[in-house]
Amino acid sequence: MDPVLELRNVIKDFPGQRAVDHVSLTLEPGGFYSLLGPSGCGKTTTLRLIGGFDQPTAGEVLLNGARVDGLKPYERNVSTVFQNYALFPHLTALRNVEFGLRERRAVNSESKALAALELVQLAAKQDRYPAQLSGGEKQRVALARSIVLEPQLLLLDEPLAALDPKLRKQMRAELKAMQRKTGIAFLFVTHDQEEALSLSDKLAVMNQGRIEQFGTPMDVYLRPATPFVAGFLGAINWFGKAGVRPESTRISHEIPEGVPWRRAAVESTLFLGNCVHLNALLENGDRVIAEVPRDHHTFQEGESVCIHWRPADELHFE
Amino acid sequence: MNLRRLCLLPARLWTALFFAIPLAIVVAYSFLTRGDYGGVEQPWTLENYQRLADPLYLAILWRSVWIAALATALCALLGFPLALFIVRAGARRNLYLQLVLLPFWTSFLVRTYAWLFILRDTGLINTMLLSLHLIRTPLQLLYNEGAVLTGLVYNFLPFFVLPVYATLERLDPALLEAAADLGARPFATLRRVIIPLSTPGIVAGSVLVFIPCLGAYLTPDLLGGGKSVMLGNLVQNQFTTARDWPFGSAASLILMLASAILLILLMRSRAARELM
Repeated sequence: MDPVLELRNVIKDFPGQRAVDHVSLTLEPGGFYSLLGPSGCGKTTTLRLIGGFDQPTAGEVLLNGARVDGLKPYERNVSTVFQNYALFPHLTALRNVEFGLRERRAVNSESKALAALELVQLAAKQDRYPAQLSGGEKQRVALARSIVLEPQLLLLDEPLAALDPKLRKQMRAELKAMQRKTGIAFLFVTHDQEEALSLSDKLAVMNQGRIEQFGTPMDVYLRPATPFVAGFLGAINWFGKAGVRPESTRISHEIPEGVPWRRAAVESTLFLGNCVHLNALLENGDRVIAEVPRDHHTFQEGESVCIHWRPADELHFE
Repeated sequence: MNLRRLCLLPARLWTALFFAIPLAIVVAYSFLTRGDYGGVEQPWTLENYQRLADPLYLAILWRSVWIAALATALCALLGFPLALFIVRAGARRNLYLQLVLLPFWTSFLVRTYAWLFILRDTGLINTMLLSLHLIRTPLQLLYNEGAVLTGLVYNFLPFFVLPVYATLERLDPALLEAAADLGARPFATLRRVIIPLSTPGIVAGSVLVFIPCLGAYLTPDLLGGGKSVMLGNLVQNQFTTARDWPFGSAASLILMLASAILLILLMRSRAARELM
């Protein structure tokens, strides 16, 4: 079976700036994938190259084994859920969902559109106009509008960014359920590492136009390929060339035996409910964070302590 | 007297003096009888309005509506693509908008006269066609409805382009991308997204062209050849050569009424609310 998407050495240049730099990526059908990175890292541009809204400067884009670079959006079997939904304001929810079906001259387009609205639990609001829908409802209409076309690949451009935090968590779960139910491959663009880690089967971490690592959330978190990936997905403490996650960083009053350690002074403590973050200043001036369980927290601000870790928890980069 | 009222006073005085009072005079005249040597005299009568039902005048009324409608349709046909082009012109938008407005830098009268020099027998078009031996005798381009239509479209095109431009400019580009993403080719996007969403501008532009065209008198007078082509000319003739002020008043009030009804319909439409 052909991969649903293949990017081969894709480059996109804008005047004075390389937005996408030799990106190669292969996605298998039916998975939930994320493109994760800080703003300006080229993730949205990559998505636009796949959707056909921009054309690559060089490189190849393949959908289901067929070259599509150079083709217009209406000539590709992918669909996009836009950041601000881009619902047609002059059409009801139902007509919005029906839009693409009509363009394809599908039979029974209205009942198919209605079924898609039922899938996102919005059948009751089919006659509402976008202005009469809440942010979460617009989001669902946008999702139904794309899913009803049964694309091989669904592109989602930071679709949760405009929602409030509570709704965002709920929609996150719904997105994952929707992906599993439909079997459509999702490619989800986000700058939120928690979103990417919790949703994805595999995620690609982008920085400065390049993909730094592509792997399962566990892989990327536990075995980050570059210092950037390590720092972007959760915090990291640097002890020379070795990086250690805060949750693997231990703290004690006495000098530990048989493990590497450093002397440090507790600068501040942050109570986070289930755990405490201790910010400590090393003798060389570096700052580190140690995550300790609530019960083990017996440290005072300004106190002199020992920071230590197991060699097995060290992350090394070439 | 508070400041608010004081600020309004000049406008109120102006409107009363130069709008309300003259209008009242016209209304009064339209119910009076024509004097032997011009002017008006008693008795009060409805005869002026009854005369407008005469087939001769009904034909003029009908022709006015027809020419105004045709001019509006032509403005839409030329103006909509032009507005779309300007919106998509990127950095040159403002330049093109200035070009659309350029004719306003010269007087309406001068611009209309210019068309005489283009359309007359020894004008630009005929001279060119003759020298190219495409025709042997000059074409009759002037003093007909075609010439009037040309002049009207030329003069009122910017009034269609500007409101349409304003609505198109506010159109979210993401909607066009969404349409393409959902499989709509450019023409389908135009038909299903761009035109429906620019309806407020199209309606406003149509009214801004139709109403002044309906009452136009200078353009049909100069390019139409002095015949009573349109209602505006009829009104003008009654006040000048025919010296029938009561009948002219009645005709101009009917014209005003037709325009007012159209404007009220527009104000109440959904399109107007979206535009404002």
